[in-house]
Amino acid sequence: MDKQSRRKFIRMAVRGAILGGMAIVTGDLLFRQEGSLFGKNRKSGPTVWQLDPAKCIQCGRCATECVKTPSAVKCTHAYSMCGYCNLCSGYFKPGTKTLDTGGEKQLCPTSAIKRTFVEDPFYEYTIDEALCIGCGKCVKGCGAFGNGSLQLQVQHHICDNCNECSIARNCPADAYRRVPLTDPYLLKGFGM
Amino acid sequence: MTNSGIDMTASLFTNFCFAIQRFPKPEFESGYIEPETLLPLPRGEMLAWLDVAVLILALSLASWLILKKRSRMGVFWLSLFSLVYFGFYRQGCVCSIGAIQNVTLGIFTGNYTVPLVALIFFLAPLIFTLLFGRTFCAAVCPFGALQDMVAVKPMRMGASLNALLGMIPYLYLGMAILFAATATDFIICRYDPFVGIFRLNSSFGMFLFAGILLVSGIFIARPYCRFLCPYGVLLNWMSRLSWKHMTITPAECIQCRLCENSCPYDAIDYPQTKKDPIGRRKQVNRMILLVVLLPLLIVGGAWMGGLLHQTFAGVNPKVKLVRMLLTTDASKDKPEPPEIAAFRSSGIPQTQLMAEVAAIERDFLIGSRIFGGFIGLAFGLTLIGLIRTPYRTDYIPNRGSCFSCGKCMDYCPVESKSCTVNTEVSQRITENL
Repeated sequence: MDKQSRRKFIRMAVRGAILGGMAIVTGDLLFRQEGSLFGKNRKSGPTVWQLDPAKCIQCGRCATECVKTPSAVKCTHAYSMCGYCNLCSGYFKPGTKTLDTGGEKQLCPTSAIKRTFVEDPFYEYTIDEALCIGCGKCVKGCGAFGNGSLQLQVQHHICDNCNECSIARNCPADAYRRVPLTDPYLLKGFGM
Repeated sequence: MTNSGIDMTASLFTNFCFAIQRFPKPEFESGYIEPETLLPLPRGEMLAWLDVAVLILALSLASWLILKKRSRMGVFWLSLFSLVYFGFYRQGCVCSIGAIQNVTLGIFTGNYTVPLVALIFFLAPLIFTLLFGRTFCAAVCPFGALQDMVAVKPMRMGASLNALLGMIPYLYLGMAILFAATATDFIICRYDPFVGIFRLNSSFGMFLFAGILLVSGIFIARPYCRFLCPYGVLLNWMSRLSWKHMTITPAECIQCRLCENSCPYDAIDYPQTKKDPIGRRKQVNRMILLVVLLPLLIVGGAWMGGLLHQTFAGVNPKVKLVRMLLTTDASKDKPEPPEIAAFRSSGIPQTQLMAEVAAIERDFLIGSRIFGGFIGLAFGLTLIGLIRTPYRTDYIPNRGSCFSCGKCMDYCPVESKSCTVNTEVSQRITENL
């Protein structure tokens, strides 16, 4: 065997070894764990980021840490939980005396919550998604004194689904996780 | 009714409680219909598979254009397409460079399942490179495409400077693996300079970084690919062993030297026909010294890595939390950081957290030593590579660092098959020189 063909043979052998190594790693990733493609509870399909409202502490970082401006996290209203309160603790600043739509009385820094009269004494609150920055001030108010129907959620038509969510990295409550693309919301509600 | 209700509940629930129906849902008499909560769906799963199909097709096309068609123009248009598709349309996510971290996290931790798409994005370019050279870098990677477009006035850099700066990707790769394996951070994504350009939205610092890379990229071609890209390290290894590789000339090299300065990336190896350019004695001495030095470099690197493990561990959010808990106990007058508030309300006992963090720090000690040893090894091998003078008669692309972009092919006057010289090409190039 001359030098040239010996070198060729060694290169081929190393190539084969690398491909074999890749196959082993791939096999390990596909078979070993529960939830992998051929393991139990298959879930290796595409995933998206979502935040668990039960863990969220409304620190306000969703508004500042997202790579999107404004953030892909928005206040989401689970109407099925809402009490339609006149004095909405997610809408009004604490200690507000006269309940009207004056901007200085609103918790929301961008006036993204629209308050409309339904019937005495009930008011409907809707979120203007274009204005919402995801700061979670209303969520905190609603959760503290109300039913907790206002919740922060990653809105998937805005989210870029970064490989590593930069909000998740900075979330103090570890509320973010990857969820299956087929079930992308963690909104909590009664009868939901 | 609601006014008095608020006062009562305010006194009862001073702490935040999640989702308690304090106010019953009203029964509307006016026929009001409750609106539905809008939950827009993410991009469909089928489109993720479209990305995979585009990746495989682009890789195949790039390899064909380089190896069979030998068309620099084709590579250029394909790279433009990749820039638009993977860069501006897919916004730079999912990418093969970042997929290193998903695979590492999947291998080292039990509770993370690597998405199949990320696994394919990691493996496909490696396999293609093992077969055909770095055609991924040439025409598929949007980062490479972007930098290729701005490299208009490339400078030549010396071999030692190239080798020295070429150490940075090893550091970057090692750190990325260390932080991904310990489920700490995805630093490749975090310090990704070009994703901000694709999204036209980024922090000032990252825009500045991207700007510096692109402006310096005018003179130093592809600075990210050569001196930062961690995936490039893996592709470099694969390409060295590749089954086929791009050649400058389609037939036999006629030593015309026209391609000598054609490569903007200093990836052409010149002929080296002298037996021992610096003298046999000197060469052997240097080699012996380096081979003796190599184990020392590895051990030294591992020792230094071990020294740094506390610093590395400090990046981990759980370690950060514990260090915060230990330091903020003294000053009670300041408001509590949200991390500590969240930890206290989570109800996890502090001893459990401490045990977890001790385990993480142990992992970091082992990981940092391996990382340090790896850097020592890479440094030693780079030095050995610098003093090696293998015998070569022709101008050939360096298999490791060549991006297979095909720029040099246009400079070669030899026509395929017939082995004749295309006088028009040679004339045009000599005029330009």
